[in-house]
Amino acid sequence: MQDFSTAFSLAFSLIFNADADLIEIIGLSLSVSFSAVFFSVAVGFPLGAVTAVVRFPGRQVLAVTLNALMGLPPVVVGLLVYLVISRAGPLGWMNLLYSPTAMIIAQSILITPIIAALTRQIIEDLHKEYDEQLRSFCLPESRIVMTLIWDARYSLITVVLAGFGRAIAEVGAVIVVGGNIDHLTRVMTTAIALETSKGDLSLALALGIILLILALSINAAAYILRNSAHRSAHT
Amino acid sequence: MQCFKIFLIVLSIHMSVSDARADESSIILQSTTSTANSGLYDHLLPIFKKETGITVHVVAVGTGQAIKNAKNCDGDVLLVHAKLAEQKFVSEGFGIARYDVMYNDFILVGPPEDPAKISGGQLATIALANIAMSQSQFASRADNSGTHKKEVSLWNAARIKPQQSSGHWYLETGSGMGATLNIAVGSGAYTMTDRATWISFKNKQDYKIQVEGDESLFNQYGIIQINPKRCPQVKSVQAKKLIDWMLSRKGRDVIAEYELEGQQLFFPNALTHY
Amino acid sequence: MQLLIFCATVRIVQPILDIMIKFKSSMQPLSLLPLVVQNLSYKVNEKLLLDNINATVNSTGVSVVLGANGAGKSLFVRLLHGLLPSEQQTIKWNDQVLDLVIRKRQALVFQKPILLKRSVSANIEFVLSKSILKPRTSDLIQQRDAVLHEAGLFDQRNQPARLLSGGEQQRLALARALATKPEVLLLDEPTASLDAATTFQIETRLELARDKGVKIFLVTHDIAQARRLADDVMFMHGGRLIEHSVSNEFFNHPSSEPAKAYLEGRLLF
Repeated sequence: MQDFSTAFSLAFSLIFNADADLIEIIGLSLSVSFSAVFFSVAVGFPLGAVTAVVRFPGRQVLAVTLNALMGLPPVVVGLLVYLVISRAGPLGWMNLLYSPTAMIIAQSILITPIIAALTRQIIEDLHKEYDEQLRSFCLPESRIVMTLIWDARYSLITVVLAGFGRAIAEVGAVIVVGGNIDHLTRVMTTAIALETSKGDLSLALALGIILLILALSINAAAYILRNSAHRSAHT
Repeated sequence: MQCFKIFLIVLSIHMSVSDARADESSIILQSTTSTANSGLYDHLLPIFKKETGITVHVVAVGTGQAIKNAKNCDGDVLLVHAKLAEQKFVSEGFGIARYDVMYNDFILVGPPEDPAKISGGQLATIALANIAMSQSQFASRADNSGTHKKEVSLWNAARIKPQQSSGHWYLETGSGMGATLNIAVGSGAYTMTDRATWISFKNKQDYKIQVEGDESLFNQYGIIQINPKRCPQVKSVQAKKLIDWMLSRKGRDVIAEYELEGQQLFFPNALTHY
Repeated sequence: MQLLIFCATVRIVQPILDIMIKFKSSMQPLSLLPLVVQNLSYKVNEKLLLDNINATVNSTGVSVVLGANGAGKSLFVRLLHGLLPSEQQTIKWNDQVLDLVIRKRQALVFQKPILLKRSVSANIEFVLSKSILKPRTSDLIQQRDAVLHEAGLFDQRNQPARLLSGGEQQRLALARALATKPEVLLLDEPTASLDAATTFQIETRLELARDKGVKIFLVTHDIAQARRLADDVMFMHGGRLIEHSVSNEFFNHPSSEPAKAYLEGRLLF
């Protein structure tokens, strides 16, 4: 049990000493996961909204598939991406393996279904409410989709956070495609896995605490943003 | 078109990062975990970089995984510890040549109560036989790593088939050395580990080395350059520089001087005429 | 990548659509009237909700669709507006079957206003600008402010539309519908849940629009409101159009039994 107290004091000393390696790792974690969220949102919002609004053949199959893909195991995603971008793989010539780009690709694949599926649900609910009015305006479907995404934006913040949470917390995919290379592809979760395997449980736990603090502050920031904007403008 | 601009910016940031890896002054070393986790590379590679300007990115995985990655051309140099597999790798044309680079030894660790009464024994096979007879728990890597391969060869030498008791007293973790050690320590099981990992392992609790010193526990590390004929993207010049340096007098000295808790972890044994 | 394609498609397709629509509507400057409804029925799960409705509306002004709950009034205006699919040839506006161009010349106000989760002014801007990707012009802002002044909502322009009172919300919905410059305005019980003062504001606004030549179809169950506004009355009962006559005649000499009963305030089943 002394691991806990050691872990806490270690976590705080790491933070207060602004440990250079730690800052680098945190920076990479954030930049990789933020980028993955960015790309996933760019794909997932329209994909989810279109699935919710537009009637096209295979729409329900797509909706079910997206829901199912939310449960994609990170290791499987990592493996698939590895097989594609490995030098022996079809995209090997791009030289992406063991790079942050590879990690972004893996995380994007992992969280795009989450963002798309949750977006679909939210947009579908809002669409039920807006449907008659929007059809009365005779808008093209592209504008209906954009209108719904825009009007659901505060609910969609939660979707983005869900995707971000999954991205920043997963280890299985990034360790396979990133390789956990020091000063290149080491992120919070792979560092935690490494310290655990070295038996340094206190340090692993300390890093875990820092990751938690990080996630907490990002969520708090989003909450404040959402609430203040919500209250001041657009219920 | 704002979305397009942001897209480009984000992409270019990450392209520049990955370019850093693709440049000429860095290579990828597919390595076994023990050498990485014990901190050897943290000691060795900065010196190598100072002398040659080459950055070595270490991917630390089990020997089986490292060889597989190397077969996919995902590395320039391979440093592992499973001689037979390494020789096969070279003979199949994946590697240019294999060199002994250093050694240490494997040890059997276990709980202080020592239920199988193996402590102080000299022969690993007898110790394993005692573990099997007393049905004391034993945690096996079971991940095709160098350590696992060694363990299997010892069971074979003792004419025991522990897989038949898998899940009973023989625990196949399918994990890395560190994870397996954590499991062993957590469940009171014996396990086999290389000495470097054991010395640098921080979650020993009251665990002890029970068997050591048997010749059959010898642990040889080999280094191989990935064959550019198979993998055209291999950076042969830099890869060869790393291997030459590791086998050189300077490299051997640097390996030998690395200590943890007052103990030397790796013993260079590259052929001196190299 | 998908994002790029998405943006690009919208940027390219939107103006083309706009031009096509402008072009098409400039070819059809004729009035939407007369409205001719022939043999219009509507079934849901084999249940006949509208039963063989025939009507011709040629007059400008306010046509009131009157009747009790469940008479099929709301269904009827939704069909007229094309929100629900009707059989071919059953509804013709000036000899044209309902299509997007005709629907764009109409607007519908719902009983429960459906406002966007945006500010009051953004709700108006939404219908004034054709594309969200175009910047707001000063012209658009002027138009918007004029609409807001007219609706008496200028002071609330920055409030979230959803936080307005019920009456203000309906005024906004009406202002927004009128901002689309419809030739035909359909209203489905717009004042059913509003108090007298707000109802008066809405009716005043409707009279103003009527005087400017907007054809109005007003669904209501409120006899007094029908008396105040109607130029002609379509009385519906049980999914059928029972009577259609000019206002005076309907209120003074209703010809059908259900209409008489309804006007006398007897309960109709």
